[in-house]
Amino acid sequence: MSIDLSGLASYGVFLLTLAAIYGVVSLALNVQWGMTGLFNIGIAGFYAIGAYCAAIVTTPPSPSHLGGLGLPFGAGLMVAMAVSGLVAFFVGLLTLKLREDYLAIATIGISEIIRLVLKNEDWIGNGVRGIAGIARPLSANPLVYLAVVLLVLAATYFAVERARKSPWGRVLRALRENELGAQAAGKNIYRFRMEAFVLGSMIMGLGGALYAHFIGFVSPEAFEPVFATFLVWVMLIAGGSGNNKGAVLGAFVIWVVWSGTELLTNQLPADYVTQGSALRVLLIGVLLQVILLRRPEGLLPEERPHVGASPASSAEAEDEA
Amino acid sequence: MDVTDLLQLAIYGVVLGSILTLGAIGVSLLFGILRFSNFAHGDIMTLGAYAAFAVVSTLHAPVWLALPVGMIAGALVSVAADQLVYRRLRRTQPVILLISSFGMALIIRSLVQLVWGPQDRSFVKGIDMPMHFGDLMVSPQQLWILGGTIVIVIAVHLFLTRTRMGKAMRAMSDNMDLARVTGIDAEKVIVWTWALGGALAAAAGVFLALDTRLTPMMGWSALLPIFAAAILGGFGKPYGAIVGGMIIGVASEMSTAVLPPAYKPATAFAVMVIMLVVKPNGLLGARR
Amino acid sequence: MSEHLLDMQSLIGGYGGNDILKGASLTVAQNEIVVIVGPNGAGKSTLMKSAFGLVKIRQGAVIFQGEDITNMRPDLVVRRGMSFVPQEKNVFPSMTVQENLEMGAYLRKDGGAAQQMERIFEIFPRLKERRKQAAGSMSGGERQMVAMGRALMLDPKLILLDEPTAGLSPLFIEQTFERIVEINKLGIGVLMVEQNAKQALEIAHRGYVLAMGRNRFEDTGAGLLANREIAEMFLGG
Repeated sequence: MSIDLSGLASYGVFLLTLAAIYGVVSLALNVQWGMTGLFNIGIAGFYAIGAYCAAIVTTPPSPSHLGGLGLPFGAGLMVAMAVSGLVAFFVGLLTLKLREDYLAIATIGISEIIRLVLKNEDWIGNGVRGIAGIARPLSANPLVYLAVVLLVLAATYFAVERARKSPWGRVLRALRENELGAQAAGKNIYRFRMEAFVLGSMIMGLGGALYAHFIGFVSPEAFEPVFATFLVWVMLIAGGSGNNKGAVLGAFVIWVVWSGTELLTNQLPADYVTQGSALRVLLIGVLLQVILLRRPEGLLPEERPHVGASPASSAEAEDEA
Repeated sequence: MDVTDLLQLAIYGVVLGSILTLGAIGVSLLFGILRFSNFAHGDIMTLGAYAAFAVVSTLHAPVWLALPVGMIAGALVSVAADQLVYRRLRRTQPVILLISSFGMALIIRSLVQLVWGPQDRSFVKGIDMPMHFGDLMVSPQQLWILGGTIVIVIAVHLFLTRTRMGKAMRAMSDNMDLARVTGIDAEKVIVWTWALGGALAAAAGVFLALDTRLTPMMGWSALLPIFAAAILGGFGKPYGAIVGGMIIGVASEMSTAVLPPAYKPATAFAVMVIMLVVKPNGLLGARR
Repeated sequence: MSEHLLDMQSLIGGYGGNDILKGASLTVAQNEIVVIVGPNGAGKSTLMKSAFGLVKIRQGAVIFQGEDITNMRPDLVVRRGMSFVPQEKNVFPSMTVQENLEMGAYLRKDGGAAQQMERIFEIFPRLKERRKQAAGSMSGGERQMVAMGRALMLDPKLILLDEPTAGLSPLFIEQTFERIVEINKLGIGVLMVEQNAKQALEIAHRGYVLAMGRNRFEDTGAGLLANREIAEMFLGG
């Protein structure tokens, strides 16, 4: 009985840690999509950059991949954020002036290319074999690491929330809702969008680094890239896009649901166990459609100032004009 | 790498280009009318290919007979997705539709995997002897793909220029508001556009499976080059999609002369990005 | 009552939440040319579009040929014999002139489209010359012809024109008004909004001056032209 309990507790710690990491990434997406309306579906790419940077910076020297710089945990996080931000800057340079669909296609393209490079260029991250032995900071105890992750999540939440309430955040919202109006007010749209895109991508890189230290291993196929992106989108939309509390809540709720579906598919007869992940993806896909149709504003809708029309009603007016 | 090798790559490029063209025409038609990029298009390809595969494997029918079945399946699933989900989201921003189609892509892919399993499948058992033309080789499948694409593209052209529904689609794509005040039943045209786009995607999927193999991921992997082709041709312009498809197809195959083949999708993407920066309205794109 | 082809009664409404129309009324009799003039933002186009289901009407009624069509969908209004020519973007640019006209007959099931097209080519001979040309490659004046031709394909009882001469050169403006008179002679009622108020009132049977979403004056075309107050306020002296 006590073994079960400790098993349950360690499963709980595992669940919470990953949920908190997803919470960080969900907050990052909220900066880009919820606050600014930038459609990034290359989350997995920035996540992978962060994870690999952490691995290369913190592992001991190794001939099988780049670096092994043996630097501390904090340095890994810094480099992860810096490199993700730099890549985002170049992606933004090419695409942020284009229509939103193009940004979507470009981001998914970049994330595919990142995956291809990591898979085929052995010198960077040891190719498909990946990089192992990424240590947790302070102690190998998962409880300590959970505390570290929760601390990072809290710090990210307060930083992003502060940004949202600042004049900068208000400009972003204005840009999202009424681009022409904000442009007329003399704001440089491109610069603000770039800042939001880079900031969000840096936080995605941070999430990737946290993930690498938790699992201890990174490889191009360690997590299904498209799926990681998709899950984060479901989290943000379910939680309430535009609302930072919603972003974090969505991450925890959807992660629990997602993990719960695993318990469900584990009940399947042995012949179908290999199909379990497909069934889980199916369920989550259906869940997203239900949310979009039934509660598109999410669990915690965005708090809007009362002035100005909602995007929905202004879109209608446009249609009819 | 001599001239023969390059020509051989160009032939492969035209074959790949045919497949991409069929996919890109559908994406472009849908974009022209609904103003959103359909991320489920690749997985409709997969579904069409597997539907045709089911006919081939259970009835032992030839592939050319299974092709229409796959196309009908692609059309039906696209229309069903529209009626169940997209139709209700059309009043919101196009980006919400895009997210929804992303989810739809995963739903369709999981269903394919649940029904047919995760393993690779193939239309053709064994290896058909390629035909030799001088030093160049072409497999019978590749000729089928090329011929099939030509027939389908001509049929689509006739549909768009000669039939009432086809012209209504072009009218909707040109100017949605004017189409409505002209009395065109927008909902009906949208349903037919989904059907046509889905059927074309399915045909592309069958051809892709003929050229390579069937896997649940096959369509999703082709989606990026297809978007690249559609963007290159000027999104929303079905005729541009043909040019775009061929350029991306040939460029991807030719890139293997200097880059590892694994980077084929990256080549398509690079061509697209250069295009977006240099000429954002597409090769044939005049400003509307 | 029944001699009114179109009868718009005390309309209140607009787009989204804001009312642009604040009780405007208007009638068009069989075979009449009616012009709406007024200052910018008076709600001229809004009033006309409200006949076509393009504006949300909160109060009042739109009666067409004795039937209440208030807030009816545009494609259903078209079926009842009214067509609308928007001010801009009024052609299908990638389609040929002939295809533009065919689209106008989209709802036509009686097979009379070819005949009607010949009739339209009589009014606009230039369109016949250019029938294979893409509408998007034509001049503004020619496009206006395509747009009007398209709207005539269903042989409507009433045609709505939103600033048909906007952006045209003086020569084309004159030609366009001549065509409108010709169309009217076929027994088709015309309701239009015009910036070139003077010329429009010259061909109009009646006119309305709209201001701030309400009727300000209404009279025969000649009567409005003769009214000094109106001349000073809206017709530029």
